[in-house]
Amino acid sequence: MPVLSAAECVAKCKVVRRHIIEMLAAAGSGHPGGSLSATEIVTALYFHHLRHDPHHPDDPDRDRFILSKGHAVPVQYACMAECGYFPISELATLRCIDSRLQGHPVKGTLPGIEASTGSLGQGLSIANGHALAGRIDGRAYNVFVRLGDGEIDEGQVWEAALFAAHHSLDNLIAIVDANRIQLDGFTADILNTEPLPEKWRAFGWETVEIDGHDMDAVFAALEQGKAHRESPFCIVARTVKGKGVSFMENEPEWHGVAPNADEKARALAEIG
Amino acid sequence: MGERKLGRATRDAYGDALVELANTRDDVVVFDADLAKSTRTGKFGALRPERFFDAGICEANMVGTAAGVAACGKTVFVSTFSAFLMCKAFDQLRMAVAYPRENVKMVTTHGGITLGQDGASQMSVEDFALALGLPGVTVIHPADDPSAKQLILQAAATDGPVYFRLGREKAPLVYEADHEVRIGRAEVLSDGRDVTLVANGMLLAASLDAAEQLAGEGVEARVIDVHTLRPIDRETLGAAATETGAMVVAEEHLTVAGLGSVVAQTVAETCPVPMEFVGLHETYAESGQPAELLRKYGLTADDVLAAARRVLARKG
Ligand SMILES: Cc1ncc(C[n+]2csc(CCOP(=O)(O)OP(=O)(O)O)c2C)c(N)n1
Repeated sequence: MPVLSAAECVAKCKVVRRHIIEMLAAAGSGHPGGSLSATEIVTALYFHHLRHDPHHPDDPDRDRFILSKGHAVPVQYACMAECGYFPISELATLRCIDSRLQGHPVKGTLPGIEASTGSLGQGLSIANGHALAGRIDGRAYNVFVRLGDGEIDEGQVWEAALFAAHHSLDNLIAIVDANRIQLDGFTADILNTEPLPEKWRAFGWETVEIDGHDMDAVFAALEQGKAHRESPFCIVARTVKGKGVSFMENEPEWHGVAPNADEKARALAEIG
Repeated sequence: MGERKLGRATRDAYGDALVELANTRDDVVVFDADLAKSTRTGKFGALRPERFFDAGICEANMVGTAAGVAACGKTVFVSTFSAFLMCKAFDQLRMAVAYPRENVKMVTTHGGITLGQDGASQMSVEDFALALGLPGVTVIHPADDPSAKQLILQAAATDGPVYFRLGREKAPLVYEADHEVRIGRAEVLSDGRDVTLVANGMLLAASLDAAEQLAGEGVEARVIDVHTLRPIDRETLGAAATETGAMVVAEEHLTVAGLGSVVAQTVAETCPVPMEFVGLHETYAESGQPAELLRKYGLTADDVLAAARRVLARKG
């Protein structure tokens, strides 16, 4: 599988965003906002930073990517299809009965999905387990996990954060999708999770804060995270929920509804 | 079969009940866990913002806090999806709510598999098993909007912990608006003497449809809505077992440790008869349209009908 440059990843993001919109419109339900905010980082992971082989998804030395905020799985399916895990035509089956493309990630149904998520708050613990096993087995893989800034309301996330730092899991990189919005509204109004970098640092994580839509910054942060030793690494990615589709951007209403035909056409025209 | 009039979703009945409580009671406090739009608790929040708390995506903390408020004399509602409340906050429900018998109403929505395309992570197939594992907690699963509203208001008027599973989808209407239902009293909807069809929730309409089909074949089925799983109505179930001699139990839940198990235990203790069970057999479900899921996982009127034929054959 070819490794893309940052500039090529920027171009790939358009393709990924188009898939997201088309899949959700076809399904008639799903979560556009948090899929679009995660697009740059998930694209950078699948097309450059993850060591993985779509034809050997069980390779014990593969890097792991766990999407803890599982409702954003359309972005992951889009990247996986573009990488060759499964035919692009299969994207149209999202959320349909008998499909491998479940509404939230399901381990065992689709090769390459590392964990069943969708009940928020659990992915970091599972990532810790993969990181721990890599250390026990002397394998050099890294574990990447993407969390939502609403999801981290869950207490389990902070138990896991303590555990990772206590055990110096330096093969672990957590990325917080800080798009400022959860389901019922803005995190600042529902349950404030800021200041994020200070929290992760206080929990013992080396932490950087970046613009999560700036591909160069994304690449640099992921490189830094992979190189960092002796503690887990956290990337606080400042993002825009619904990024790339103006009428979805920063709108809590677009957390969990699919675009209709007209909205789909407008969204695709904007993405280009 | 299946041409029953659709009412609203039972979660909408919850929204109505909360509006009524917001307007009539000053002791009611409502919590949600970042699903206030979906569960309809937001309707209470709009009227009584000072007594509504969106706890964030923190089910365990929400339940503990609710228990503390209830301990100070309030009637407290906690809501989120059925799966998230029961699975994420079970120890808090056990230690802080059920054991001390706090006045907490656990009203959950999007129960069962009919929430559809979101898939298994959001679906509760084990919530009755868990709720029944909380001694002393009343457990209720209404079939339609009129009965749901009545049962919720009755629960609000009674002290003690109550668990409700409500649904996301529009539910077939079973009851007339003025039909009175009561917590703990099973409703006999048709009075046959050949076989009993026990159900609740979405499976009640399916059982009524199956009964119509059976009537066409000369078999008279007694259909009973056991909306209250605990306390179970021993009298009605015991009489049905005695008088019909065969029983089917149908539910949108695992066939272990839910309605089927409770009814079987009751029948075993009163008048053992052959029984068959319709529900999810040792499986989670998946994404899909509600009707497709009900078909694939064996929860339709046809499945109740097939079970009725099996149990009639065993009855001999
Ligand atoms: C345990 C649990 N509670 C509630 C939900 C329902 N839910 C789905 S997404 C969501 C909000 C997530 O917010 P965030 O993590 O910030 O995601 P993003 O904004 O990036 O989409 C909620 C509450 C859930 N999936 N799991």
